Amino acid sequence: MTAHPVAIAVFLVLFVLVACLGFVATRWRKADLHSVQEWGLGGRSFGTLITWFLLGGDLYTAYTFIAVPAAMFAAGASGFFAVPYTILIYPILFLCFPRLWAVARARGYVTAADYVQGRFGSKLLALAIALTGIAAVIPYVALQLVGMQVIFAALGIPSSFAGIPNLPVIVAFAVLAAYTYSSGLRGTALTAVVKDLLIYVAVLAAIIVIPAALGGYGKVFASIDPKLLLLPRGTDSSLGGTFSYASLALGSALALFLYPHSLTGILSSSSGMAIRKNAILLPAYSLALALLALLGYMAVAAGVKAMPQYAAGFAAFGNNFAIPALFLHMFPDWFVGLAFAAIAIGALVPASIMAIASGNLFTRNIYKAFIAPDCTERQEGRAAKLASLAVKLGALVFVLFFQTSAAIQLQLLGGMWICQTLPSVLISLFTRWFHPTGLLLGWIVGMVSATAMAWQLGLKSSIYPLHLGGLTVPCYAALLALILNIAVAALATLVLNAVAPDTTDATVESDYLG
Amino acid sequence: MYEDKPPRRGFHPVYLLLLVPFVAMLWVPFYDRVEPSLWGIPFFYWWQMLWTLLGAVVTWPVYRFVARGR
Repeated sequence: MTAHPVAIAVFLVLFVLVACLGFVATRWRKADLHSVQEWGLGGRSFGTLITWFLLGGDLYTAYTFIAVPAAMFAAGASGFFAVPYTILIYPILFLCFPRLWAVARARGYVTAADYVQGRFGSKLLALAIALTGIAAVIPYVALQLVGMQVIFAALGIPSSFAGIPNLPVIVAFAVLAAYTYSSGLRGTALTAVVKDLLIYVAVLAAIIVIPAALGGYGKVFASIDPKLLLLPRGTDSSLGGTFSYASLALGSALALFLYPHSLTGILSSSSGMAIRKNAILLPAYSLALALLALLGYMAVAAGVKAMPQYAAGFAAFGNNFAIPALFLHMFPDWFVGLAFAAIAIGALVPASIMAIASGNLFTRNIYKAFIAPDCTERQEGRAAKLASLAVKLGALVFVLFFQTSAAIQLQLLGGMWICQTLPSVLISLFTRWFHPTGLLLGWIVGMVSATAMAWQLGLKSSIYPLHLGGLTVPCYAALLALILNIAVAALATLVLNAVAPDTTDATVESDYLG
Repeated sequence: MYEDKPPRRGFHPVYLLLLVPFVAMLWVPFYDRVEPSLWGIPFFYWWQMLWTLLGAVVTWPVYRFVARGR
Protein backbone atom coordinates (compact mmCIF):
# COMPACT_ATOMS: atom_id res chain seq x y z
CA MET A 1 0.00 0.00 0.00
CA THR A 2 1.23 3.49 -0.80
CA ALA A 3 2.51 5.59 2.07
CA HIS A 4 0.81 8.92 2.79
CA PRO A 5 3.57 11.04 4.38
CA VAL A 6 1.41 14.06 5.30
CA ALA A 7 -1.27 11.87 6.80
CA ILE A 8 1.35 9.87 8.70
CA ALA A 9 2.93 13.08 10.07
CA VAL A 10 -0.40 14.49 11.32
CA PHE A 11 -1.30 11.10 12.71
CA LEU A 12 1.98 10.72 14.60
CA VAL A 13 1.89 14.23 16.07
CA LEU A 14 -1.64 13.71 17.42
CA PHE A 15 -0.88 10.23 18.65
CA VAL A 16 2.27 11.28 20.53
CA LEU A 17 0.48 14.31 21.97
CA VAL A 18 -2.30 12.17 23.36
CA ALA A 19 0.12 9.58 24.71
CA CYS A 20 1.98 12.35 26.59
CA LEU A 21 -1.34 13.50 28.02
CA GLY A 22 -1.82 10.00 29.35
CA PHE A 23 1.40 10.26 31.34
CA VAL A 24 0.77 13.81 32.56
CA ALA A 25 -2.49 12.56 34.03
CA THR A 26 -0.62 11.01 36.97
CA ARG A 27 -0.50 14.58 38.30
CA TRP A 28 -4.15 15.33 37.63
CA ARG A 29 -6.19 15.35 40.88
CA LYS A 30 -3.15 13.97 42.60
CA ALA A 31 -3.72 10.93 44.74
CA ASP A 32 -2.01 7.78 45.88
CA LEU A 33 -2.02 5.80 42.66
CA HIS A 34 -0.91 2.67 44.48
CA SER A 35 -4.43 1.89 45.64
CA VAL A 36 -6.98 0.15 43.44
CA GLN A 37 -9.66 2.72 44.30
CA GLU A 38 -7.45 5.50 42.91
CA TRP A 39 -5.63 3.74 40.08
CA GLY A 40 -8.50 1.56 38.95
CA LEU A 41 -11.49 3.84 39.54
CA GLY A 42 -10.01 7.34 39.44
CA GLY A 43 -11.05 7.74 43.08
CA ARG A 44 -14.75 7.71 42.01
CA SER A 45 -14.34 11.39 41.32
CA PHE A 46 -15.48 12.01 37.73
CA GLY A 47 -18.35 14.44 37.30
CA THR A 48 -20.98 14.43 34.57
CA LEU A 49 -18.75 15.81 31.84
CA ILE A 50 -15.69 13.60 32.34
CA THR A 51 -17.98 10.59 32.76
CA TRP A 52 -19.60 11.51 29.46
CA PHE A 53 -16.24 11.56 27.67
CA LEU A 54 -14.97 8.48 29.46
CA LEU A 55 -18.05 6.32 28.87
CA GLY A 56 -18.38 7.65 25.33
CA GLY A 57 -14.80 6.68 24.60
CA ASP A 58 -15.29 3.42 26.43
CA LEU A 59 -18.46 2.16 24.76
CA TYR A 60 -18.02 3.43 21.23
CA THR A 61 -14.68 1.82 20.43
CA ALA A 62 -12.35 2.07 17.46
CA TYR A 63 -13.42 -1.34 16.35
CA THR A 64 -17.05 -0.19 16.43
CA PHE A 65 -16.19 2.73 14.20
CA ILE A 66 -14.65 0.38 11.66
CA ALA A 67 -16.84 -2.71 12.00
CA VAL A 68 -20.32 -1.14 12.08
CA PRO A 69 -19.94 0.72 8.75
CA ALA A 70 -18.18 -2.39 7.41
CA ALA A 71 -21.25 -4.47 8.30
CA MET A 72 -23.48 -1.96 6.51
CA PHE A 73 -21.10 -1.98 3.56
CA ALA A 74 -21.30 -5.75 3.29
CA ALA A 75 -24.73 -6.75 4.59
CA GLY A 76 -26.94 -3.65 4.46
CA ALA A 77 -29.78 -2.92 6.89
CA SER A 78 -28.97 -5.70 9.37
CA GLY A 79 -25.70 -3.91 10.23
CA PHE A 80 -27.74 -0.95 11.49
CA PHE A 81 -28.79 -2.91 14.61
CA ALA A 82 -25.99 -1.12 16.45
CA VAL A 83 -28.28 1.94 16.50
CA PRO A 84 -31.34 0.51 18.31
CA TYR A 85 -28.86 -1.38 20.50
CA THR A 86 -27.12 1.79 21.62
CA ILE A 87 -30.47 3.52 22.15
CA LEU A 88 -31.79 0.79 24.44
CA ILE A 89 -28.74 0.75 26.69
CA TYR A 90 -29.67 4.12 28.18
CA PRO A 91 -33.02 3.34 29.83
CA ILE A 92 -31.21 0.34 31.35
CA LEU A 93 -28.33 2.55 32.47
CA PHE A 94 -30.77 5.03 34.00
CA LEU A 95 -32.82 2.46 35.87
CA CYS A 96 -30.24 -0.02 37.15
CA PHE A 97 -26.80 1.45 37.40
CA PRO A 98 -27.27 4.29 39.87
CA ARG A 99 -28.26 1.52 42.30
CA LEU A 100 -25.12 -0.46 41.54
CA TRP A 101 -23.01 2.70 41.82
CA ALA A 102 -24.55 3.51 45.20
CA VAL A 103 -24.02 0.09 46.74
CA ALA A 104 -20.49 -0.07 45.32
CA ARG A 105 -19.65 3.25 46.89
CA ALA A 106 -21.29 2.41 50.21
CA ARG A 107 -19.39 -0.88 50.49
CA GLY A 108 -16.19 -0.04 48.59
CA TYR A 109 -16.87 -2.45 45.72
CA VAL A 110 -14.65 -2.03 42.66
CA THR A 111 -16.02 -4.79 40.39
CA ALA A 112 -19.33 -6.50 39.64
CA ALA A 113 -17.96 -9.63 41.28
CA ASP A 114 -17.21 -7.64 44.48
CA TYR A 115 -20.86 -6.69 44.57
CA VAL A 116 -22.07 -10.25 43.94
CA GLN A 117 -19.75 -11.48 46.70
CA GLY A 118 -21.28 -8.94 49.09
CA ARG A 119 -24.86 -9.48 48.04
CA PHE A 120 -24.78 -13.27 48.12
CA GLY A 121 -21.74 -14.11 50.25
CA SER A 122 -20.69 -16.69 47.67
CA LYS A 123 -17.04 -16.70 46.65
CA LEU A 124 -17.78 -19.22 43.94
CA LEU A 125 -20.52 -17.13 42.30
CA ALA A 126 -18.25 -14.08 42.49
CA LEU A 127 -15.46 -16.10 40.86
CA ALA A 128 -17.84 -17.12 38.05
CA ILE A 129 -18.75 -13.48 37.45
CA ALA A 130 -15.09 -12.41 37.47
CA LEU A 131 -13.96 -15.14 35.09
CA THR A 132 -16.82 -14.39 32.69
CA GLY A 133 -15.82 -10.73 32.66
CA ILE A 134 -12.15 -11.44 32.00
CA ALA A 135 -12.93 -13.99 29.26
CA ALA A 136 -15.34 -11.59 27.56
CA VAL A 137 -13.05 -8.61 27.62
CA ILE A 138 -9.73 -10.02 26.37
CA PRO A 139 -10.90 -10.61 22.77
CA TYR A 140 -12.43 -7.14 22.92
CA VAL A 141 -8.97 -5.68 23.66
CA ALA A 142 -7.55 -7.77 20.80
CA LEU A 143 -10.11 -6.29 18.41
CA GLN A 144 -8.98 -2.79 19.33
CA LEU A 145 -5.46 -3.74 18.25
CA VAL A 146 -6.93 -5.18 15.04
CA GLY A 147 -8.63 -1.81 14.45
CA MET A 148 -5.24 -0.15 14.83
CA GLN A 149 -3.65 -2.54 12.34
CA VAL A 150 -6.24 -1.54 9.74
CA ILE A 151 -5.48 2.13 10.32
CA PHE A 152 -1.70 1.64 10.13
CA ALA A 153 -2.06 -0.24 6.87
CA ALA A 154 -4.35 2.41 5.40
CA LEU A 155 -1.79 5.10 6.24
CA GLY A 156 0.78 3.05 4.37
CA ILE A 157 2.92 2.42 7.46
CA PRO A 158 4.80 -0.82 6.72
CA SER A 159 3.70 -3.65 8.99
CA SER A 160 7.29 -4.58 9.79
CA PHE A 161 10.43 -2.56 10.46
CA ALA A 162 14.02 -3.82 10.47
CA GLY A 163 12.81 -7.35 10.12
CA ILE A 164 10.53 -7.16 13.16
CA PRO A 165 6.99 -8.03 12.07
CA ASN A 166 4.06 -6.02 13.44
CA LEU A 167 6.34 -3.41 14.98
CA PRO A 168 3.80 -0.52 14.74
CA VAL A 169 1.19 -2.46 16.70
CA ILE A 170 3.78 -3.53 19.25
CA VAL A 171 4.88 0.09 19.74
CA ALA A 172 1.28 1.29 20.09
CA PHE A 173 0.73 -1.50 22.57
CA ALA A 174 3.79 -0.45 24.58
CA VAL A 175 2.51 3.14 24.76
CA LEU A 176 -0.86 1.92 25.94
CA ALA A 177 0.65 -0.40 28.53
CA ALA A 178 3.03 2.25 29.89
CA TYR A 179 0.51 4.98 30.46
CA THR A 180 -2.18 2.69 31.78
CA TYR A 181 0.33 1.26 34.22
CA SER A 182 1.45 4.63 35.50
CA SER A 183 -1.70 6.73 35.62
CA GLY A 184 -4.57 4.26 35.54
CA LEU A 185 -8.07 5.48 34.81
CA ARG A 186 -7.05 9.15 35.12
CA GLY A 187 -4.84 8.93 32.03
CA THR A 188 -7.59 7.22 30.11
CA ALA A 189 -10.15 9.86 31.03
CA LEU A 190 -7.93 12.69 29.77
CA THR A 191 -7.15 10.79 26.57
CA ALA A 192 -10.84 10.15 26.07
CA VAL A 193 -11.60 13.86 25.98
CA VAL A 194 -9.16 14.48 23.12
CA LYS A 195 -10.22 11.36 21.25
CA ASP A 196 -13.89 12.26 21.37
CA LEU A 197 -13.33 15.80 20.16
CA LEU A 198 -11.35 14.41 17.21
CA ILE A 199 -14.05 11.84 16.48
CA TYR A 200 -16.80 14.46 16.42
CA VAL A 201 -14.76 16.63 14.04
CA ALA A 202 -14.13 13.66 11.75
CA VAL A 203 -17.77 12.54 11.79
CA LEU A 204 -19.16 16.01 11.17
CA ALA A 205 -16.82 16.60 8.24
CA ALA A 206 -17.57 13.16 6.82
CA ILE A 207 -21.36 13.50 6.91
CA ILE A 208 -21.23 16.94 5.30
CA VAL A 209 -18.46 16.52 2.73
CA ILE A 210 -19.00 12.95 1.53
CA PRO A 211 -22.75 13.04 0.71
CA ALA A 212 -22.22 16.38 -1.00
CA ALA A 213 -19.48 14.86 -3.16
CA LEU A 214 -21.66 11.84 -3.93
CA GLY A 215 -24.73 13.89 -4.89
CA GLY A 216 -26.80 13.75 -1.69
CA TYR A 217 -28.24 11.09 0.60
CA GLY A 218 -30.84 10.14 -2.01
CA LYS A 219 -28.09 9.08 -4.40
CA VAL A 220 -26.26 7.22 -1.64
CA PHE A 221 -29.32 5.13 -0.74
CA ALA A 222 -30.19 4.63 -4.40
CA SER A 223 -26.85 2.91 -4.91
CA ILE A 224 -27.69 0.20 -2.34
CA ASP A 225 -29.07 -3.12 -3.50
CA PRO A 226 -32.85 -2.82 -2.73
CA LYS A 227 -32.75 -6.32 -1.21
CA LEU A 228 -30.25 -5.10 1.40
CA LEU A 229 -31.88 -1.74 2.07
CA LEU A 230 -34.54 -3.23 4.34
CA LEU A 231 -34.72 -6.31 6.56
CA PRO A 232 -36.32 -9.50 5.24
CA ARG A 233 -39.88 -9.69 6.57
CA GLY A 234 -41.24 -12.66 8.47
CA THR A 235 -43.35 -15.30 6.76
CA ASP A 236 -45.82 -17.94 7.95
CA SER A 237 -42.94 -20.30 8.68
CA SER A 238 -40.33 -17.89 10.07
CA LEU A 239 -40.35 -14.69 12.11
CA GLY A 240 -37.70 -13.40 9.72
CA GLY A 241 -34.94 -10.82 9.78
CA THR A 242 -37.01 -8.24 11.62
CA PHE A 243 -37.18 -10.54 14.64
CA SER A 244 -33.49 -11.40 14.68
CA TYR A 245 -32.73 -7.66 14.35
CA ALA A 246 -34.83 -6.87 17.43
CA SER A 247 -33.40 -9.78 19.43
CA LEU A 248 -29.85 -8.74 18.59
CA ALA A 249 -30.52 -5.15 19.62
CA LEU A 250 -32.15 -6.19 22.91
CA GLY A 251 -29.63 -8.88 23.82
CA SER A 252 -26.67 -6.65 23.07
CA ALA A 253 -28.21 -3.80 25.05
CA LEU A 254 -28.73 -6.04 28.08
CA ALA A 255 -25.12 -7.21 27.88
CA LEU A 256 -23.28 -3.95 27.31
CA PHE A 257 -23.16 -2.54 30.81
CA LEU A 258 -22.29 -5.94 32.24
CA TYR A 259 -18.91 -5.76 30.51
CA PRO A 260 -16.17 -5.00 33.03
CA HIS A 261 -14.99 -1.92 31.14
CA SER A 262 -18.48 -0.38 31.08
CA LEU A 263 -18.85 -0.95 34.78
CA THR A 264 -15.45 0.54 35.57
CA GLY A 265 -16.52 3.65 33.66
CA ILE A 266 -19.79 3.84 35.57
CA LEU A 267 -18.31 3.22 39.02
CA SER A 268 -15.69 5.93 38.50
CA SER A 269 -18.31 8.67 38.32
CA SER A 270 -18.89 10.88 41.32
CA SER A 271 -22.64 10.40 41.85
CA GLY A 272 -25.75 8.51 40.82
CA MET A 273 -27.14 11.72 39.38
CA ALA A 274 -24.06 12.05 37.14
CA ILE A 275 -24.90 8.59 35.77
CA ARG A 276 -28.57 9.48 35.23
CA LYS A 277 -27.59 12.72 33.49
CA ASN A 278 -25.33 10.67 31.25
CA ALA A 279 -28.21 8.40 30.29
CA ILE A 280 -29.65 11.55 28.71
CA LEU A 281 -26.42 12.99 27.29
CA LEU A 282 -24.68 9.85 26.00
CA PRO A 283 -27.18 9.12 23.17
CA ALA A 284 -25.37 11.89 21.28
CA TYR A 285 -22.76 9.22 20.61
CA SER A 286 -25.44 6.89 19.25
CA LEU A 287 -26.38 9.55 16.74
CA ALA A 288 -22.72 9.87 15.74
CA LEU A 289 -22.55 6.08 15.45
CA ALA A 290 -25.64 6.03 13.21
CA LEU A 291 -24.09 8.66 10.96
CA LEU A 292 -20.86 6.68 10.89
CA ALA A 293 -22.79 3.52 10.01
CA LEU A 294 -24.17 5.29 6.98
CA LEU A 295 -20.58 5.85 5.84
CA GLY A 296 -20.70 2.16 4.93
CA TYR A 297 -23.33 2.99 2.31
CA MET A 298 -21.29 5.95 1.16
CA ALA A 299 -18.37 3.61 0.60
CA VAL A 300 -20.65 1.52 -1.61
CA ALA A 301 -21.83 4.62 -3.49
CA ALA A 302 -18.26 5.85 -3.96
CA GLY A 303 -17.30 2.45 -5.33
CA VAL A 304 -14.08 2.15 -3.32
CA LYS A 305 -14.05 -1.62 -3.53
CA ALA A 306 -13.42 -1.57 -7.27
CA MET A 307 -10.57 0.93 -7.05
CA PRO A 308 -7.19 -0.70 -7.73
CA GLN A 309 -5.33 1.44 -5.16
CA TYR A 310 -7.39 -0.11 -2.32
CA ALA A 311 -7.36 -3.70 -3.59
CA ALA A 312 -4.48 -4.69 -1.33
CA GLY A 313 -6.26 -3.22 1.72
CA PHE A 314 -9.48 -5.09 1.00
CA ALA A 315 -7.49 -8.26 0.38
CA ALA A 316 -5.78 -7.96 3.78
CA PHE A 317 -8.65 -6.70 5.95
CA GLY A 318 -11.82 -7.50 4.04
CA ASN A 319 -14.74 -5.14 4.46
CA ASN A 320 -13.09 -3.55 7.50
CA PHE A 321 -11.06 -1.61 4.96
CA ALA A 322 -14.16 0.12 3.53
CA ILE A 323 -14.12 3.17 5.82
CA PRO A 324 -10.37 3.81 5.69
CA ALA A 325 -10.58 3.53 1.89
CA LEU A 326 -13.50 5.98 1.80
CA PHE A 327 -11.57 8.54 3.84
CA LEU A 328 -8.45 8.15 1.71
CA HIS A 329 -10.57 8.59 -1.39
CA MET A 330 -12.55 11.62 -0.20
CA PHE A 331 -10.27 13.72 1.98
CA PRO A 332 -6.95 15.54 1.74
CA ASP A 333 -4.06 13.78 3.43
CA TRP A 334 -3.86 16.04 6.50
CA PHE A 335 -7.51 15.37 7.32
CA VAL A 336 -7.06 11.64 6.78
CA GLY A 337 -4.27 11.83 9.39
CA LEU A 338 -6.61 13.53 11.85
CA ALA A 339 -9.48 11.11 11.30
CA PHE A 340 -7.23 8.07 11.53
CA ALA A 341 -5.61 9.42 14.69
CA ALA A 342 -9.12 9.74 16.13
CA ILE A 343 -9.77 6.07 15.40
CA ALA A 344 -6.39 4.84 16.68
CA ILE A 345 -6.68 6.86 19.90
CA GLY A 346 -10.22 5.57 19.96
CA ALA A 347 -8.64 2.15 20.28
CA LEU A 348 -6.36 3.18 23.14
CA VAL A 349 -9.14 4.49 25.38
CA PRO A 350 -11.35 1.40 25.58
CA ALA A 351 -8.37 -0.97 25.45
CA SER A 352 -6.89 0.75 28.46
CA ILE A 353 -10.18 0.73 30.42
CA MET A 354 -10.71 -2.93 29.52
CA ALA A 355 -7.24 -3.80 30.78
CA ILE A 356 -7.77 -1.81 33.99
CA ALA A 357 -11.15 -3.47 34.52
CA SER A 358 -9.82 -6.97 34.11
CA GLY A 359 -6.86 -6.08 36.33
CA ASN A 360 -9.36 -5.05 39.00
CA LEU A 361 -11.33 -8.28 38.56
CA PHE A 362 -8.27 -10.49 38.80
CA THR A 363 -6.94 -8.71 41.86
CA ARG A 364 -10.13 -8.36 43.85
CA ASN A 365 -11.91 -11.58 43.03
CA ILE A 366 -9.15 -14.07 42.30
CA TYR A 367 -5.89 -12.84 43.87
CA LYS A 368 -7.35 -11.36 47.05
CA ALA A 369 -10.23 -13.82 47.34
CA PHE A 370 -8.25 -17.01 46.82
CA ILE A 371 -4.47 -16.41 46.79
CA ALA A 372 -3.52 -13.61 49.16
CA PRO A 373 -6.43 -12.66 51.40
CA ASP A 374 -4.20 -10.64 53.74
CA CYS A 375 -2.51 -8.49 51.10
CA THR A 376 -2.04 -4.79 51.82
CA GLU A 377 -3.66 -2.03 49.79
CA ARG A 378 -0.31 -1.41 48.10
CA GLN A 379 0.15 -5.06 47.14
CA GLU A 380 -3.40 -5.11 45.85
CA GLY A 381 -2.76 -2.06 43.65
CA ARG A 382 0.43 -3.62 42.35
CA ALA A 383 -1.32 -6.88 41.49
CA ALA A 384 -4.01 -4.96 39.59
CA LYS A 385 -1.39 -3.12 37.52
CA LEU A 386 0.46 -6.32 36.70
CA ALA A 387 -2.74 -8.15 35.83
CA SER A 388 -3.80 -5.37 33.49
CA LEU A 389 -0.41 -5.68 31.83
CA ALA A 390 -0.90 -9.43 31.44
CA VAL A 391 -4.31 -8.91 29.83
CA LYS A 392 -2.83 -6.53 27.29
CA LEU A 393 -0.02 -8.95 26.56
CA GLY A 394 -2.58 -11.69 26.08
CA ALA A 395 -4.47 -9.53 23.60
CA LEU A 396 -1.25 -8.71 21.76
CA VAL A 397 -0.29 -12.36 21.50
CA PHE A 398 -3.74 -13.00 20.11
CA VAL A 399 -3.35 -10.38 17.42
CA LEU A 400 0.16 -11.45 16.50
CA PHE A 401 -0.23 -15.21 16.42
CA PHE A 402 -3.85 -15.90 15.61
CA GLN A 403 -6.00 -14.91 12.71
CA THR A 404 -8.23 -11.89 13.11
CA SER A 405 -11.22 -14.17 12.72
CA ALA A 406 -10.32 -15.89 16.00
CA ALA A 407 -10.59 -12.59 17.89
CA ILE A 408 -13.89 -11.81 16.19
CA GLN A 409 -15.30 -15.25 17.01
CA LEU A 410 -14.22 -15.04 20.63
CA GLN A 411 -15.63 -11.55 20.93
CA LEU A 412 -18.95 -12.87 19.62
CA LEU A 413 -18.84 -15.62 22.26
CA GLY A 414 -17.80 -13.09 24.90
CA GLY A 415 -20.93 -11.05 24.30
CA MET A 416 -23.08 -14.13 24.84
CA TRP A 417 -21.15 -15.09 27.95
CA ILE A 418 -21.29 -11.70 29.63
CA CYS A 419 -25.07 -11.69 29.12
CA GLN A 420 -25.26 -14.69 31.45
CA THR A 421 -24.15 -12.59 34.42
CA LEU A 422 -27.32 -10.52 34.19
CA PRO A 423 -29.37 -12.37 36.84
CA SER A 424 -26.56 -12.17 39.42
CA VAL A 425 -25.57 -8.57 38.73
CA LEU A 426 -28.65 -6.71 37.48
CA ILE A 427 -31.76 -8.55 38.67
CA SER A 428 -30.20 -8.88 42.12
CA LEU A 429 -30.10 -5.08 42.40
CA PHE A 430 -33.85 -5.20 42.86
CA THR A 431 -34.41 -8.47 44.67
CA ARG A 432 -32.40 -10.82 46.89
CA TRP A 433 -34.90 -13.61 46.20
CA PHE A 434 -32.55 -15.77 44.09
CA HIS A 435 -30.46 -18.40 45.87
CA PRO A 436 -26.71 -18.03 45.13
CA THR A 437 -26.42 -21.71 44.20
CA GLY A 438 -29.44 -21.32 41.92
CA LEU A 439 -27.78 -18.38 40.21
CA LEU A 440 -24.60 -20.39 39.79
CA LEU A 441 -26.54 -23.28 38.22
CA GLY A 442 -28.35 -20.86 35.91
CA TRP A 443 -25.02 -19.33 34.94
CA ILE A 444 -23.57 -22.75 34.08
CA VAL A 445 -26.59 -23.66 31.95
CA GLY A 446 -26.50 -20.25 30.25
CA MET A 447 -22.78 -20.44 29.47
CA VAL A 448 -22.94 -23.98 28.15
CA SER A 449 -26.04 -23.45 26.03
CA ALA A 450 -24.76 -20.15 24.59
CA THR A 451 -21.46 -21.78 23.68
CA ALA A 452 -23.20 -24.82 22.20
CA MET A 453 -25.47 -22.70 20.03
CA ALA A 454 -22.57 -20.56 18.83
CA TRP A 455 -20.57 -23.70 18.10
CA GLN A 456 -23.44 -25.16 16.12
CA LEU A 457 -23.50 -21.97 14.06
CA GLY A 458 -19.81 -22.45 13.29
CA LEU A 459 -18.95 -19.32 15.37
CA LYS A 460 -19.93 -17.30 12.32
CA SER A 461 -23.30 -16.03 13.38
CA SER A 462 -25.02 -15.30 16.67
CA ILE A 463 -28.55 -15.78 15.35
CA TYR A 464 -29.84 -19.20 16.33
CA PRO A 465 -32.82 -20.54 14.35
CA LEU A 466 -35.04 -21.96 17.06
CA HIS A 467 -37.69 -24.33 15.72
CA LEU A 468 -41.00 -24.19 17.53
CA GLY A 469 -43.37 -26.59 15.83
CA GLY A 470 -43.63 -25.32 12.26
CA LEU A 471 -42.29 -21.88 13.13
CA THR A 472 -38.65 -20.80 12.90
CA VAL A 473 -37.65 -18.15 15.42
CA PRO A 474 -34.31 -16.64 14.46
CA CYS A 475 -33.12 -15.25 17.79
CA TYR A 476 -29.89 -13.87 19.24
CA ALA A 477 -28.43 -16.95 20.98
CA ALA A 478 -27.40 -14.93 24.05
CA LEU A 479 -31.05 -14.09 24.67
CA LEU A 480 -32.18 -17.72 24.37
CA ALA A 481 -29.41 -18.79 26.74
CA LEU A 482 -30.38 -16.04 29.16
CA ILE A 483 -33.99 -17.24 29.22
CA LEU A 484 -32.76 -20.76 30.05
CA ASN A 485 -30.38 -19.30 32.62
CA ILE A 486 -33.13 -17.38 34.45
CA ALA A 487 -35.53 -20.33 34.29
CA VAL A 488 -32.97 -22.70 35.82
CA ALA A 489 -31.96 -20.15 38.46
CA ALA A 490 -35.60 -19.59 39.42
CA LEU A 491 -36.47 -23.29 39.58
CA ALA A 492 -33.37 -24.11 41.60
CA THR A 493 -34.12 -21.19 43.92
CA LEU A 494 -37.63 -22.50 44.56
CA VAL A 495 -36.21 -25.87 45.53
CA LEU A 496 -33.20 -24.58 47.47
CA ASN A 497 -35.16 -21.95 49.40
CA ALA A 498 -37.40 -24.77 50.61
CA VAL A 499 -34.61 -27.09 51.76
CA ALA A 500 -31.61 -24.88 52.51
CA PRO A 501 -32.47 -21.18 52.44
CA ASP A 502 -29.51 -18.80 52.17
CA THR A 503 -30.17 -15.20 53.03
CA THR A 504 -26.59 -14.05 53.51
CA ASP A 505 -26.41 -10.42 52.45
CA ALA A 506 -23.78 -7.88 53.44
CA THR A 507 -25.79 -5.03 51.94
CA VAL A 508 -28.94 -3.26 53.14
CA GLU A 509 -31.58 -1.48 51.05
CA SER A 510 -30.33 1.98 52.01
CA ASP A 511 -26.96 1.17 50.37
CA TYR A 512 -28.68 1.19 47.00
CA LEU A 513 -30.08 4.68 47.17
CA GLY A 514 -27.48 7.00 45.74
CA MET B 1 -35.38 -1.81 60.99
CA TYR B 2 -34.90 1.88 60.21
CA GLU B 3 -32.04 1.30 57.76
CA ASP B 4 -34.19 -0.79 55.47
CA LYS B 5 -36.66 2.02 54.90
CA PRO B 6 -35.81 4.02 51.79
CA PRO B 7 -36.55 7.77 51.89
CA ARG B 8 -38.79 7.63 48.82
CA ARG B 9 -38.77 4.76 46.43
CA GLY B 10 -41.03 2.33 44.74
CA PHE B 11 -42.95 2.53 41.55
CA HIS B 12 -44.21 5.72 39.96
CA PRO B 13 -45.93 5.86 36.53
CA VAL B 14 -43.29 8.27 35.20
CA TYR B 15 -40.88 5.33 35.02
CA LEU B 16 -43.06 3.84 32.26
CA LEU B 17 -41.54 6.46 29.94
CA LEU B 18 -38.35 4.38 30.00
CA LEU B 19 -40.27 1.59 28.22
CA VAL B 20 -41.18 3.78 25.26
CA PRO B 21 -37.82 3.43 23.44
CA PHE B 22 -38.14 -0.37 23.75
CA VAL B 23 -41.50 -0.30 21.98
CA ALA B 24 -40.24 2.10 19.32
CA MET B 25 -37.08 0.09 18.62
CA LEU B 26 -38.19 -3.52 19.07
CA TRP B 27 -41.36 -3.32 16.99
CA VAL B 28 -39.20 -3.64 13.88
CA PRO B 29 -41.93 -4.48 11.28
CA PHE B 30 -43.40 -1.05 11.98
CA TYR B 31 -40.35 0.79 10.68
CA ASP B 32 -38.94 -1.75 8.22
CA ARG B 33 -40.09 0.31 5.22
CA VAL B 34 -38.76 2.91 2.79
CA GLU B 35 -41.65 5.41 2.82
CA PRO B 36 -42.13 8.01 4.18
CA SER B 37 -38.56 8.88 3.29
CA LEU B 38 -36.92 12.10 4.41
CA TRP B 39 -34.36 13.93 2.23
CA GLY B 40 -33.85 10.69 0.39
CA ILE B 41 -33.27 8.75 3.62
CA PRO B 42 -35.61 5.73 3.94
CA PHE B 43 -37.96 5.60 6.96
CA PHE B 44 -36.05 2.63 8.39
CA TYR B 45 -32.95 4.76 8.85
CA TRP B 46 -34.29 8.13 9.89
CA TRP B 47 -36.79 6.65 12.35
CA GLN B 48 -34.01 4.91 14.27
CA MET B 49 -31.75 7.95 14.07
CA LEU B 50 -34.58 10.13 15.37
CA TRP B 51 -34.86 7.87 18.41
CA THR B 52 -31.27 8.56 19.46
CA LEU B 53 -32.72 11.99 20.32
CA LEU B 54 -36.24 10.96 21.39
CA GLY B 55 -34.78 8.37 23.76
CA ALA B 56 -33.09 11.21 25.61
CA VAL B 57 -36.24 13.33 25.48
CA VAL B 58 -38.46 10.71 27.13
CA THR B 59 -35.84 10.12 29.83
CA TRP B 60 -35.80 13.79 30.82
CA PRO B 61 -39.10 13.79 32.83
CA VAL B 62 -37.91 10.70 34.70
CA TYR B 63 -34.67 12.50 35.51
CA ARG B 64 -36.61 15.53 36.78
CA PHE B 65 -38.76 13.24 38.91
CA VAL B 66 -35.77 11.58 40.54
CA ALA B 67 -33.98 14.91 40.99
CA ARG B 68 -37.01 16.46 42.72
CA GLY B 69 -37.32 13.57 45.13
CA ARG B 70 -33.89 14.20 46.62
